[in-house]
Amino acid sequence: MKNLKTTVKAAVAALAIIGGVGLAPAHADEQYFPLQSYRVGPYAAGGTGFFGGFIDYLNLINTRDGGVNGVKLTWDECETQYEVERGVECYERQKSHPNAAAWNPLSVGIAYAMIDRITNDKVPLITVNHGRTDSTDGRVFPYVFPLLLNPYSETSGIVNYLASREGGLDKLKGKKIVVLYHGSPYGKETIPIYDLLAEKYGFTVQQIEVPHPGNEQQSQWLTIRRAKPDYVVLRGWGVMNPVALKTAAKVGFPASKIVGNVWSNSEEDVIPAGEAAVGYTAITTQASGQQYPVLQEIVKTLYDQGKGNLEDKKRIGSVYHNLGIVNGILNVEAIRTAQEKFGKRTLTGDEVRWGFEHLKLDEAKVAALGAKDLFHSINVSWDNHEGDGYVTFQQWDGKKWNVVSDWIAPDWKLLRPIIEKSSEAYAKEKGIKLRTAADAEGTVTTN
Amino acid sequence: MAAITSQPVVSAKLPGWIAPLAILIIAFAVVPFIGSSYLIEALLLPFLALSLAGVGLNLLTGYAGQVSLGSAAFMAVGAFAAFNFNLRVEGLPLLVSIALAGGITAAVGIVFGLPSLRLRGFYLAVSTLAAQFFVQWALTKFGWFSNDNPSGVIDAPKLTIAGIDFDSSTGRYYFSLIVVTVLTFFAWRVASSQTGRNFIAIRDNETAARIIGVPVLRTKLLAFALSSFIIGIAGALWAFAYLRTVEPAGFNLDRSFQILFIIIIGGLATIRGAFLGAALMVVFPVVLSRVGSFLLGDLFDSGVLDMSQRIVIGTLIIVFLILEPDGLTALGRRLTGRFRPSTPEPVG
Repeated sequence: MKNLKTTVKAAVAALAIIGGVGLAPAHADEQYFPLQSYRVGPYAAGGTGFFGGFIDYLNLINTRDGGVNGVKLTWDECETQYEVERGVECYERQKSHPNAAAWNPLSVGIAYAMIDRITNDKVPLITVNHGRTDSTDGRVFPYVFPLLLNPYSETSGIVNYLASREGGLDKLKGKKIVVLYHGSPYGKETIPIYDLLAEKYGFTVQQIEVPHPGNEQQSQWLTIRRAKPDYVVLRGWGVMNPVALKTAAKVGFPASKIVGNVWSNSEEDVIPAGEAAVGYTAITTQASGQQYPVLQEIVKTLYDQGKGNLEDKKRIGSVYHNLGIVNGILNVEAIRTAQEKFGKRTLTGDEVRWGFEHLKLDEAKVAALGAKDLFHSINVSWDNHEGDGYVTFQQWDGKKWNVVSDWIAPDWKLLRPIIEKSSEAYAKEKGIKLRTAADAEGTVTTN
Repeated sequence: MAAITSQPVVSAKLPGWIAPLAILIIAFAVVPFIGSSYLIEALLLPFLALSLAGVGLNLLTGYAGQVSLGSAAFMAVGAFAAFNFNLRVEGLPLLVSIALAGGITAAVGIVFGLPSLRLRGFYLAVSTLAAQFFVQWALTKFGWFSNDNPSGVIDAPKLTIAGIDFDSSTGRYYFSLIVVTVLTFFAWRVASSQTGRNFIAIRDNETAARIIGVPVLRTKLLAFALSSFIIGIAGALWAFAYLRTVEPAGFNLDRSFQILFIIIIGGLATIRGAFLGAALMVVFPVVLSRVGSFLLGDLFDSGVLDMSQRIVIGTLIIVFLILEPDGLTALGRRLTGRFRPSTPEPVG
């Protein structure tokens, strides 16, 4: 009899799983985050750091504040291995859970596959620091948010930083910059922007491709040595980054003249290069280190109690971990913003979208959140979904990253027309009517 | 390649067409009404696309004996060709775009099939790797293929045929199912025709085939063309009906191996093998992962769970191939008693 019962139970469980209803019932006041994380596979270092930081921050809000104004934050993880079809499967699996606040896949490929789907569902899709550049235009992409930085702004931020090292934008004239990029759609995305900026500021740019995965770069670096550039911008990915730094050292190009982009800026990119990485500088939207109050609280509230998400405590405050924390802050504050308008309750995805579109954190607010100097500020609006993030630059000293620049603003005005041209072309291809400010104020209040 | 080439001459109680017909009736008339959107979007759509790719590869590898590791490349060609036809030729119906994409893929397949005239076995497999790397490189290198989209990723158009919107999950399912049914029927007809017998003759003994008058050169290229045609359309289904986006990196060598494993596990030189293999390779990991996270999700993080699932799947595949080297099809036949007890077991 007992056996029969177990069998029936197992059968019911199996059916529930297959039917996609095997998820916990909704609580009265909760806001759910579906996390399409990746903890195995080639990009696990980034995935564990980012999702570790994100979960740590959500956990901090629950433990310290009892949720956002009493609304508990919940989440579950689904492993994607950074693969698009696994991400889609996870999306289908997790979307049946009610009260979803926002999706955060940290993968351009998965984000692309989800744009149509989440637009139908009316739930925001956050691609912090990366993503599809033209989704910055909220008129065409109402539910997609490449918060803080898109690839074009990153390019402009790097050029502005190099100008500040030279003593002003006019000093860039006649300089020579080599861009060493990963041979993938991601790597090639900024080619036209470097050309545009080179023309505008009068420097010459030479863009050299490194075929994926980039574990052999002898010929590229010999070309660079012959070209004698003033700077090399490293637009790398994965193993390409340490190999670039090591090969540069081998051909005698100083690491201090190499500047990395946002996917070449982590500990995992420099530690394997050893001594060759000392003096290397890279862009970031969030400084690394544990000295910020919010990190101190995470250590005290979670890690000291054995509740932290990272397995290796040494990674607390690393680049990806802090990116996850900043992403957590942005998501939570968007919910808080929306609650002020719609009430302190569980919100629909569309209401959270409204919250993101009114997410305004100036420096004072960032400091109040315990994140002063961790990141600068954000100012999202209904048509600007990036939110004017500032960037800073960190130099690797062999043990840790040290901030070596002020907060630098990319040239958003210059980039906006290019972004609009691309998004309008997309709108035309897909038959999308451009949204207006009035459309953005209307929200769907039922799930 | 110890494959079963001809149906055993056994008096089955039911005519052979009953089972496929019953499956089709269930697939068309029952599944869309009881299936949740999860079942359709996350399981059936990738299953249909990969099954079709398996059917295509089985014509080439299972029937004609030419091992290919370029299937994902041919899928990519099909997806990007369909995208470009749809984008650049005003007013071209979607189905015509997809059919033309199949034609383009067939042409590409013939080009990469040329080495098969001189190379065999592993050497041919290695030479088809060229297709895999070349296609991915070309799609990344030349922005024209992705309509100069800065990030190289393309968006699939809406699925609309003759004014009927197929964009819902049920619509996508019907769209895929109809395409897969038609092409599978086509592949089955080819396999049971003179052409199919030529394929088998070349696979079993090329010299003998030449002596009895099989045009080896033409037949091999025809195998590449037909197989690529079907795989290309499978690629378009994968991109348009399932993912709704494509990046070249999504069609990498792993996908080629996955399709090859589908037909090996399902059963070489059988049509149903592709479906059984795809079911195992697509559905089983998902079910395992859901059961795993349902039962153990609170105890381990998703990374640990995923690694243990890989171990389970890997072990099962090894055990299965040792016990049943001829694939799921042979297992199914044995279970339904279509092998007589007196039939000697396949040695393996």
